[in-house]
Amino acid sequence: MLTKRIIPCLDVKDNRVVKGVNFLNLRDAGDPVELGARYSDTGADELVFLDITATIRSRKTIVELVEKVAENVFIPFTVGGGIQTVEQIDELLRSGAEKVSVNTAAVQNPSLISEAAQRFGNQCVVLAIDARRSKQQAGKWQVCVKAGSEPTDIDVVEWAARGEKLGAGEILLTSMDADGTQAGYDNQLNKAVTDAVNIPVIASGGAGTLDHLHDAVVEGGADAVLMASITHFGNYTITQMKEYLAGRGIPMNL
Amino acid sequence: MVVVIDYNVGNVRSVCNALRHVGCEAQLSSDPKAIEEATGLLLPGVAAFGYAMGELGTLAELIKEAAAGGIPLLGICVGYQMLFEKSSEYGPHNGLGLIRGNVVPIPRSQVVPHMGWNLVRLPEDMELFAGLGSEKHFYFAHSYFAEVSDPQAKVTYTDYGFELSASVQKANVYGVQFHPEKSGKVGLQVLRNFYEICERTETGA
Repeated sequence: MLTKRIIPCLDVKDNRVVKGVNFLNLRDAGDPVELGARYSDTGADELVFLDITATIRSRKTIVELVEKVAENVFIPFTVGGGIQTVEQIDELLRSGAEKVSVNTAAVQNPSLISEAAQRFGNQCVVLAIDARRSKQQAGKWQVCVKAGSEPTDIDVVEWAARGEKLGAGEILLTSMDADGTQAGYDNQLNKAVTDAVNIPVIASGGAGTLDHLHDAVVEGGADAVLMASITHFGNYTITQMKEYLAGRGIPMNL
Repeated sequence: MVVVIDYNVGNVRSVCNALRHVGCEAQLSSDPKAIEEATGLLLPGVAAFGYAMGELGTLAELIKEAAAGGIPLLGICVGYQMLFEKSSEYGPHNGLGLIRGNVVPIPRSQVVPHMGWNLVRLPEDMELFAGLGSEKHFYFAHSYFAEVSDPQAKVTYTDYGFELSASVQKANVYGVQFHPEKSGKVGLQVLRNFYEICERTETGA
């Protein structure tokens, strides 16, 4: 049986790890290579690096960063942020990333998912979705693009299911409403998506306590929990999270 | 010198990085001379089986000769699957045939690919897993697996709704279905153990 996974997320801007609240008010959390190596050494199951500036200039920086990370990180890691082409995915995988996440470009051009899956395998392709609760329709979420700045008319649950059909191997589901608040994951959102797809879903946004992690798995049906604030700023170690979850009967790699 | 065989498949860089981390300055090479002179061979692989065998080309014979000559050989993921006789991934393909068995798809009753951390039960008498205790989690990412039929091979298993072979050893030929280079400290220990096996073989200790 596969274990549930603990995945620290490193948002990278100008070669530093930063973390904000609801995608704003960024705080510095350290050097990405150092922080990545520390998580690799202390029992994280995977890492996610997101280039949150994703400009043309940062593209080259992120490839160099991936190479450095790969020299020091001995667990799987995903890289995302501003990825638009299969060639960029190829470059990042060759630089040492296991998986690449696509977001805005996949919404604009869904065939990016299928092309990448056919060329590199489903397991390499993570569909990242930034979800915001719809103000018009209760119990619905809309897909937001361009680092969450631009809402679309696309329904999150439908988009996740379509992503699976196109060949995504995993969904990285971020609740923009919960992100950085440390008030808990949006488990209605997580449940709606995990019920709609058969691929693993990584719950993201809102982790503040150990209980939140448990609820994302048990109530939300998540296969993995992603967090940033609570681990970067030292609230909990990876081991504390894993021991807590294992203690409540969840299979963990301890 | 331990040689990581470079044959145009993914992930060789990660394997070299991990070996360096455990003190093994391996040479990444496709040079027949380097392979003939190697004190240990590592065959990585992230690719489809047929593609990987095709890219290996004439190096396949050199690897078989080295293995027959007692040089420690470690196959990882598709490199592990290639140690067996045949695979059915995208049509039938012959492997290196160093260990009896066939590579077949994971049953569709399970989620495919088998991707993530799974618990492998480790026997006490396998040098590759020295110092790791009776069971450890390793990182897997694959859609096919080996059905081992070689009576001389030692096999370890993990539970994925059925008994899935996780590693194999027959004399100096070792293989792991999981990715030791991506399995954290536990995986690094496996690579360190392999490096020590190579060192011991070289000095005849």
